[in-house]
Amino acid sequence: MNDMRTAFASVASSLLDEDPLAAVVLAEISADLFAKAAARHPDRVLNVGIREQLMVSVGGGLALAGLRPIVHTYAPFLVERAFEQVKLDLGHQEARAVLVSVGASYDAARGGRTHQAPEDVALLDTVPGFAVQVPGHPDEVPGLLRGAVGVLSSGSTYLRLSTESNRSALPLWPGLQVVRPGRQAVVVAVGPMLSPVLDAVGDLDVTVAYTTTVRPFDGEGLRALASARSEPAVVLVEPYLAGTSAYAASAALAGRSAFRLLSLGVGRTELRRYGTPDYHAALHGLDATGIRRSVTDFLDLA
Amino acid sequence: MSRTYAELPGLMTTMTGDEKHGPSATSTLDVLWVLYDQVLRVSPDRLDDPARDRFLLSKGHGPAAYYAVLAAKGFIPESWLTGFGSAGSRLGYHPDRNLIPGVEIGSGSLGHGLPIGVGLAHGLLARGLVEPRVFVLVGDAELDEGSNNEAIVYAGAVGLPNLVVVAVDNRSSSYGWGPGGIEAHFAVSGWSVTRVSGRDHASLAAAFGSPGAGAGAGSGSGPRLVVAEVEVKS
Repeated sequence: MNDMRTAFASVASSLLDEDPLAAVVLAEISADLFAKAAARHPDRVLNVGIREQLMVSVGGGLALAGLRPIVHTYAPFLVERAFEQVKLDLGHQEARAVLVSVGASYDAARGGRTHQAPEDVALLDTVPGFAVQVPGHPDEVPGLLRGAVGVLSSGSTYLRLSTESNRSALPLWPGLQVVRPGRQAVVVAVGPMLSPVLDAVGDLDVTVAYTTTVRPFDGEGLRALASARSEPAVVLVEPYLAGTSAYAASAALAGRSAFRLLSLGVGRTELRRYGTPDYHAALHGLDATGIRRSVTDFLDLA
Repeated sequence: MSRTYAELPGLMTTMTGDEKHGPSATSTLDVLWVLYDQVLRVSPDRLDDPARDRFLLSKGHGPAAYYAVLAAKGFIPESWLTGFGSAGSRLGYHPDRNLIPGVEIGSGSLGHGLPIGVGLAHGLLARGLVEPRVFVLVGDAELDEGSNNEAIVYAGAVGLPNLVVVAVDNRSSSYGWGPGGIEAHFAVSGWSVTRVSGRDHASLAAAFGSPGAGAGAGSGSGPRLVVAEVEVKS
């Protein structure tokens, strides 16, 4: 099976061939995957070296020149290291770009804290005008990337790739899509959290809804799914910092006299552990066992 | 209506209420005037022309001279100058490109203009626009910001003949740039460099080169630095 990064490089290379205004800006990471595209389009595949601030600013400058830039590197270097460039050279200038990260929260479990960015979505979410897309399967990447480039005239997108993947892809849908219905709670699985969520709640009477789009958050969809119960119970399962979308879910349910919300995701404690992504998922309670424990505890309290 | 250089201090007084605006009151006034009066191929009737030159005021601090020149050249009405920085004004203490016609970037936080300029220069070339140039005005102390170093080394290495940096040098950087000055740091990265008086209009115009030089015939092979030396900041 293709991985998300390879899928991204492949479709981005096609976009460079199809669209004379498409451009890719890199800071060494993944430059090997763009070697052929760079040979064909040396003026639109720019590798600035290990210079992430410059990478984001160059993306802003390209956008101001009328191009459609795709800016790509590891999540912590893209969003955190160059954050003021994201805030000012893209956001404040209203220069639109598609930011594509790899590494996610703990793909680089063996790499340690420097290569992990569970805070990326929460931080990026402070910049107005960014959509956030979190694919759950490599086959979802081409459509999401093409869609993000296609809407650049109205806004920027952050596309968060991971080596974590669901067992199968779902058709692209702009908001929450119900994977299985249930009565006791609505469990929202974001991106690669869908397979562990389905494994966790197999015998529980809960709705499971899937989404790749976390910004804008589908508040209307959540309200509709939660409307069946007088006191809705909602569980958010996000593959990044726990609670990142809690405010959006709360806002969506604010019209209800009462609701209950459980936000699962990556914890805030620095673990100082290496190992595998599966091990880190378990440490954060994001494997099927952990999710099941959290959801059943939450339902038992009702 | 186009104003003269001699009228700029009056326009600045409109903004600040300060009567003492001789040319030396602002380090950037002469550079800005020469650019807008003689060099930049921009005008209020071609704000969105893809082939216009781009001027990026990276050093967004103290923009009164910038606003005065924009008003003098008809980009903004002179009436906007009154109330500078007030709630209803489009002119803030740092400029916002979304509020002011002709302003290419919002700036204020230092070290952003040159890296954006590198992207703009790349983008113009990628679109086949070889005539327009990208001018970035930085301050000598602004070059303390490390983001500039990323841009200086990279732009010199890839060679962007349509990029011109104007460094207004009033020696306000606490640690300075050593005996070789700012230009030594650019030259070692492959930039062509020159130092002129930041008050001498003819020298400035000559240093900026021919309008429309861009990346076409007559341009150099790489980016260019013009250090505009002005009075030491007191």
